[in-house]
Amino acid sequence: MAHSSVATPQEYNYEIIRKFSIMALVWGLLGMSAGLYAALQLAYPFLNFDIPEITFGRLRPVHTTLVIFGFGGSALFATSYYVLQRTCQTRLYSDTLASITFWGWQSVIFLGAISYMLGYTQSKEYAEFEWPLDIAITVVWVCYFWLYTQTLRRRSQPHIYVANWFYLAFILATAILHIFNNIAIPVGLFSMKSYSAYSGVQDAMVQWWYGHNAVGFFLTAAFLGMMYYFVPKQAGRPVYSYRLSIVHFWSLSFLYMWVGAHHLHWTALPDWTSTLAATFSIMLLLPSWGGMINGIMTLSGAWHKLRTDPIMLFLIAALSFYGMSTFEGPLMSLKSVNALSHYTDWTIGHVHSGALGWVALISFGSFYHMIPRLYDTRLYSTRLVYVHFFLATIGILLYITAMWVSGIGQGLMLRAFDDFGNLAYTFMETVTFMHVPYVVRAIGGAFFLSGVIIMAYNIFMTIRQAKAEQAATEAKIAAKMARA
Amino acid sequence: MPDWFMWFTRMENSKVVALVLFFVTFCGILIYVYTGKQRGKRLESYKYIPLQDDDDEQDRETGSDKAGKK
Repeated sequence: MAHSSVATPQEYNYEIIRKFSIMALVWGLLGMSAGLYAALQLAYPFLNFDIPEITFGRLRPVHTTLVIFGFGGSALFATSYYVLQRTCQTRLYSDTLASITFWGWQSVIFLGAISYMLGYTQSKEYAEFEWPLDIAITVVWVCYFWLYTQTLRRRSQPHIYVANWFYLAFILATAILHIFNNIAIPVGLFSMKSYSAYSGVQDAMVQWWYGHNAVGFFLTAAFLGMMYYFVPKQAGRPVYSYRLSIVHFWSLSFLYMWVGAHHLHWTALPDWTSTLAATFSIMLLLPSWGGMINGIMTLSGAWHKLRTDPIMLFLIAALSFYGMSTFEGPLMSLKSVNALSHYTDWTIGHVHSGALGWVALISFGSFYHMIPRLYDTRLYSTRLVYVHFFLATIGILLYITAMWVSGIGQGLMLRAFDDFGNLAYTFMETVTFMHVPYVVRAIGGAFFLSGVIIMAYNIFMTIRQAKAEQAATEAKIAAKMARA
Repeated sequence: MPDWFMWFTRMENSKVVALVLFFVTFCGILIYVYTGKQRGKRLESYKYIPLQDDDDEQDRETGSDKAGKK
């Protein structure tokens, strides 16, 4: 049975969580701004201004790295340390190791972004870091793993809560993926460039084994860990079914590892490999939806909370987008659908329904819950949370709808033939067709970014308020002491 | 290498063996999780772990129903 002694917040290392939370917001703002600018460049190419450092090809990995690893990664470090300490009722094993993970991770993100703008990339999607940074990431990750497992070993609570299982799977899987995808031989000790250990179709297969599992373990499993803690906490009731969460964990962890090759349908990859990936992708729908239902049903009997609690809105909307994008994913992994969707903006829309709808919204909801507790205060403004929620939701809907129109239209145009078997449209005609959806996508991105700016302001004011409250309390105590 | 081991290295055999192994493991997890009244009760009791650290927050108005309004 669950053990019920409770450690006090003073015993936990909240300082490291505060740092990671603030940096998550900083990288979120920068990364989403880079994304918005890149989106505007696609609609209005003159915005390149012929400056190599900000051309789309260099800005795009800056955007993805800052939002996935900067914002998402820092949010995961922050929430995992918070959940780990509170569910194990023990302090982090080592403050020094925690600091190493913080400074190491932030340095890697910063140097990565700079190196992309200078033109250094190993051209692997979501793994563009050159080899010196890959080694630095490995060191940080080993520290993270050691810190996490050693803290688990020192837990007061005999059972390891399921959220920690998801976080640990994320840490382990990311380590394996990162190491194997980045095996390379440097050109020279003082050269940033390297040769991949793999070549041709094997390189592509390893890359997409990495790429999709980055989605599966970094952007899904880890954020499910977040969900399994913060949804019950915010709802004030336990998760719907703990047993379902166990089945969810094992089935999700097992199935995700096989699906990467669905990114390589209709290529030189053997047909059986991509069929296998598609089959596992379809099966993945079951644990994904099982988890989503488990999260949403946590509110069973307490749906009224959605009327009064904007943080709950964020969390439940995130789960809804999770359900939607995990339905769309298996659909797109079918070879016949993929023949239309691949190499089009439908893929971009799908990624963003998951990234903005699931990853970002669950992070925002968790932060709104967690940050006031870190500073022992209340949120500066609940109304601003509502404003953020609606800006974010409108932004996501505009974004993904625009990308559906652009992507499906583009796909249909690229494979349309006239009566003589010639292509019905030129490439330029498809580009012209996509202009309007690109503008709408940029508007959607602007909505989303403006929501994050509001959140940053709300959090800044919350922290300022906390500091003022603390100063007032200290002044009162000092006055009392002086009188005594 | 013994012959029986070589049998596993052939693709048509290893695929079936892997399928049987994984499927049986999955069924085992399902059976473990969903059978046994006492075990079920024990497993479900763990879902209260996140709520056990609420004691220090009871008198603070940051709960979901009590979020500060501005």
